[in-house]
Amino acid sequence: MSYLEHNAKVVPTGLRKLLFLNWPLVLLLSAAASVGFLMLYSVAGGSFFPWVEPQVKRFALGIGVMLVVALIPIWFWRNISVLAYLAAFALLIAVELFGTVGMGAQRWIDVGFMQLQPSELMKITLVMVLAAYYDALPKKRTSRPLFVLIPVLIIILPTLLVLRQPDLGTSILLMAAGGIVMFLAGVHWGYFAFVIASGVALVTAVFESRGTSWQLIKDYQFRRIDTFLDPSQDPLGAGYHITQSKIALGSGGWSGRGFMQGTQSRLNFLPEKHTDFIFTTLAEEFGFIGGFTLLALYMLIIVFCIATAIAAKDRFSALVTLGIAVNFFLFFSVNMSMVMGLAPVVGVPLPLVSYGGSAMLVLLAAFGIVQSANIHRPR
Amino acid sequence: MKRTPKELDETHRLMTKRTLLLGGLQLGFAGALAMRMRFLQVDQADQFRLLAEENRINIRLLPPARGEIFDRKGRIIAQNSPSYRIAVVPEDAGDIDATIANLRRLVYIDDADVERALREIRISKPFVQITLADQVSWEDIAKVAANAPALPGIFPEVGLTRLYPQHDTFAHVIGYVGPVSDYDLSKMEDPDPILLTPRFQFGKVGFEAKEESTLRGKAGTKSVEVNAYGRVIRELERKEGESGADMQLTIDAALQSYTQARLGNESAAAVVIDIESGDIQAICSAPSFDPNLFVRGISVADYRDLTSDPYRPLANKTVQGTYPPGSTFKMVAALAGLESGLITPDDTAYCPGHLEVGGRRFHCWRRAGHGVVDLNTSLKSSCDVYYYDLAVKVGIDNISKMAQRLGLGVHHELPMSAVRDGLAPDRKWKERVHGKDWLVGDTVNASIGQGYMLASPMQLAVMTARIASGRSVTPRLIKSIDGVEQPSGAGESLGLNEDNLHAVRKGMYSVSNDRRGTGYRSRIIADGMRMAGKSGTSQVRNISAAERAAGVIRNEDLPWDRRDHALYVCFAPYDKPKYAVAVVVEHGGGGSKAAAPIARDVLLEALYEGSPPLEAYPKGDRERIKIQQERLEQERLDRNISTTSDQA
Repeated sequence: MSYLEHNAKVVPTGLRKLLFLNWPLVLLLSAAASVGFLMLYSVAGGSFFPWVEPQVKRFALGIGVMLVVALIPIWFWRNISVLAYLAAFALLIAVELFGTVGMGAQRWIDVGFMQLQPSELMKITLVMVLAAYYDALPKKRTSRPLFVLIPVLIIILPTLLVLRQPDLGTSILLMAAGGIVMFLAGVHWGYFAFVIASGVALVTAVFESRGTSWQLIKDYQFRRIDTFLDPSQDPLGAGYHITQSKIALGSGGWSGRGFMQGTQSRLNFLPEKHTDFIFTTLAEEFGFIGGFTLLALYMLIIVFCIATAIAAKDRFSALVTLGIAVNFFLFFSVNMSMVMGLAPVVGVPLPLVSYGGSAMLVLLAAFGIVQSANIHRPR
Repeated sequence: MKRTPKELDETHRLMTKRTLLLGGLQLGFAGALAMRMRFLQVDQADQFRLLAEENRINIRLLPPARGEIFDRKGRIIAQNSPSYRIAVVPEDAGDIDATIANLRRLVYIDDADVERALREIRISKPFVQITLADQVSWEDIAKVAANAPALPGIFPEVGLTRLYPQHDTFAHVIGYVGPVSDYDLSKMEDPDPILLTPRFQFGKVGFEAKEESTLRGKAGTKSVEVNAYGRVIRELERKEGESGADMQLTIDAALQSYTQARLGNESAAAVVIDIESGDIQAICSAPSFDPNLFVRGISVADYRDLTSDPYRPLANKTVQGTYPPGSTFKMVAALAGLESGLITPDDTAYCPGHLEVGGRRFHCWRRAGHGVVDLNTSLKSSCDVYYYDLAVKVGIDNISKMAQRLGLGVHHELPMSAVRDGLAPDRKWKERVHGKDWLVGDTVNASIGQGYMLASPMQLAVMTARIASGRSVTPRLIKSIDGVEQPSGAGESLGLNEDNLHAVRKGMYSVSNDRRGTGYRSRIIADGMRMAGKSGTSQVRNISAAERAAGVIRNEDLPWDRRDHALYVCFAPYDKPKYAVAVVVEHGGGGSKAAAPIARDVLLEALYEGSPPLEAYPKGDRERIKIQQERLEQERLDRNISTTSDQA
């Protein structure tokens, strides 16, 4: 029994719950999504079709899902965490067996009305199961090797499945988010120092071995790493996108060219201009001010989540809120680093803004859990 | 278990601490992103705005110059020659149909080319250059250049195309390049982006294909700034590619050209190996074809001519063709016997014209028989019965092992297409492949290079070189890459008894220099240049008992494709072996008649480096040789004239 149940009496009930909803957070999410609508309208050449309309519908659906999730008590979510995780895990295996191959990787599963990406689901359920685990685990045992090994396995298994799809980007995000939740739960910092140090050592060893007799990986694998790290070596592939993306960003200047006035991003120079590279359109048309505003919106969402987490009275609420915030942060920071030429091109969309249904739905449902934690906090 | 408030409090504090730490890190990273945004959008805005507004950056691949191929003396075999073409970059052309229509008002481009280009445009990325017309005249190029403003996206280009100035002489060795096809791409795991450029030339067959990675080089890139009309304003950045490596072959182009001409229109193959280094000095397959036809894209009619020719001009008979070695295999059988200690050079056998083995009668080629035969006579007169007798004593496994030591039935790594390994069969092989027991009759057949035994002309030359030197001579085709000398193929000693080798070489010497030797008519009479050889005639049909009774039909009376293959192997000088030669004339009849003269002529040409004196030939031959030399000289001149006129 955790602290939660003892204090269940003092949480709001019925429609009174809506009063305790974190309305500023809802507003922030809607604001970020609206930026997305605006940009999709612009890249479609001033038309609601083909992207804005479905996106608005999905957002409305997502907000609905969020409210439903928020009204359900947080302990319900804690209690089904393990089940949810296992379900997502089963879906990952299903996608391995029957998934649709799209864009050269097996990631999607068709569930009738939409395409579902189980790895999206896994991002949230992984955070949930870890939070539930640490909620149940007595504090003294947090750093014992056996009890560190269990969450490590919980993280590693789905990561390996995602890696097999193959989707390197998502598997790195899964590892990072899982690791951060463990860190927040209070696992001794020595473990993290050890993992980071051995990771650095391994990478160094691989690179040091280049050209020597004990070379650890093949020459062509090295060449792939080279182009991954430095896309300018592949000027017509990854490098082409980055160059064009930087030009679009740079030509936006301080205040941008104005709505619907961007040329670079609309002239088909950029691939995936409505998905992964949508930030370039924003930055070109609204300049530094526009880009910075979106970044500030995102950071405010993070700050609200952190505030919710600190105010929380139980570990599950705090950890799940922070875990979702971390996922959200990783999403937009990796995407922005990519379009600004700071990180290699990996297929990570801009949350709430990029066109795409399953990511947005899952994200809003996750924020529903954050809201639920907030509402059902004993006062 | 219930937690005390104190414990809870402590947990809470640690978590809050770490949460704040993480929050701080996130804020820091967001700050870094904002700084980067500011850097790109404010500090560098002017530069990017200029690039974006008036101009565009185009990135083009610079195709690397393909490595050129030279012969051992630096004569060019495959070169890059300039060719003018008109290309279009679709993303710059705007209305592509209108632009092409404008272009066609200026210069003639036929419908097929336009159709092909439009098809390529549809399947390529918009920034990929597509060739509209190839092999364009200089005047047309000038017209396009002068009218550039009216032709957005159209570029006159000076490209390089492969040219084989030696025409058919090197067709089988070098192979040819051609445009990359979808089929080629589908076979590659991770194709170089330059290969995706339509019409990019890459090695299709032969040396060009085998050494593709060395010859191709690395593509460079250039970023150019162009205005709205597609005119290049300036070049922003240029990353030079790396040209492919120049390669030098061990082949002597003059000898190769002579040999090719000497084979003439026979269906034949000849290989010359330098015994001291393993260098392949000439390797010719006849008839040949002009590889330049394939570079430009061969016409259906020409291709049909090549494929329907019964002499198979496209096949490289030197390495791809495998033949029963016939009597040229007798040295191997003899060495196997000598090395096993079961026979000595002086042991004799009696040849009455046939031998009964395992209830079957095996015939000697000479019906009357050779009488009492020792090793020397057996080689000189090519007595078959001597070897039947030897085979029964020595057994197939010894013979097969010796064949492999001498380079038959084993793989030789050469950068040519479809190098076949031939076959030196043994008991296990027959068990594995045919599921039958090896019979003594099989051994008898193998001993005279018939039956399952198969060898390519290249392998026969290697065998001869190994017998002549006693070393494990390995054929080598690449002399140097970008000036870096490649390892020699001289090889280590084979560990064979020198006396045994001497006995066999002496037998070969008798073949060529003894009045009764089978190769006597095709000998060299210059002192110090004496040759040693061995003829071979391999049957391609079974001679039935009935036919034998009625008298074997003469080769001349058979249809071409049922006649015997003619083979000859030889080396010279006898005292200090320098070159080994193997010649196979498909369905040429007797080896001593059809193959030996060619082998001798080629050997002399090699020994005297292109100018053998008439005195080196037997007296009876000189008149014919003189006429032949004049004819070949004339042919070579004609060939050179046609080469120069092609280039003009």
